[in-house]
Amino acid sequence: MNKELLFDFTVDKPAKTVFINREFDAGLSLVWDAFTKAEILDQWIAPKPMTSKTKYQDFKVGGKRFYAMISPEGQERWAIQEYTSITPKTNFKMYNAFADKDENPELPGSEWDHTFSEQNGPDGHRVTKVSITIYNESLERLERVLDGFTQGMKMSLSNLENLLATLSQK
Amino acid sequence: METRRDIFQAIADPTRRAIIGLIAIQSMTPNALAEHFNTSRQAVSKHIKILTECDLVKQEQQGREIYYSLEIEKMKEIDKWLEQYRKIWETRFNQLDNVLSTIKKQKK
Repeated sequence: MNKELLFDFTVDKPAKTVFINREFDAGLSLVWDAFTKAEILDQWIAPKPMTSKTKYQDFKVGGKRFYAMISPEGQERWAIQEYTSITPKTNFKMYNAFADKDENPELPGSEWDHTFSEQNGPDGHRVTKVSITIYNESLERLERVLDGFTQGMKMSLSNLENLLATLSQK
Repeated sequence: METRRDIFQAIADPTRRAIIGLIAIQSMTPNALAEHFNTSRQAVSKHIKILTECDLVKQEQQGREIYYSLEIEKMKEIDKWLEQYRKIWETRFNQLDNVLSTIKKQKK
């Protein structure tokens, strides 16, 4: 990661809200597409070694994205996102909930708000800042999100350790 | 144990946050705690009951008095899983950085 790019992650526990700010070394249009087009989302949203696949997406207010996070063992965890507000290249909001493979949501879910703004980077080229807030109705739900990822994360960390070990031998 | 309360719910209340703040410094008896609040003793003990149910507060008998103290490990637990959550986002965004730079190269 480019160290000059902003990344902050804070949690307001009483307000049950997570705040994330991140800058990307790309123009606004491209970053907007990366967050709103399923074919790009599927390339990065699942932390490796997990993968993501979208069954369908209809990016409009009231439209949905139905997708799964897939573990290396092939286990699928489905979720539905419903878009509740869209201001092109500026902001979009959605409601995210786990679901079964037949699209039946498991409530409560979480409310997501994304805001995009383009800024001038350190050397004059364009940088896009994305601010995300996630409101979770229950802590248990957030714990479930983690449970799904922990195994995958452990594997990717051990991959990294192996890689570092290999590199340092050279 | 089955009907465990939500920890966010426990710390969402300002009185309960104040109780956590007080007993984090030193363990206290119910009477000493109640003196810090304008509400009734019953109200304070109800808050303590909720905190105890979440395993955030433990009680110890010392002679004739009961002392409440904070379960530091439980508080750390909250921070630990939040840190894991942060790591997920870090990984995710590093992947996005790679995707963005690939797309930019393709466009050139």
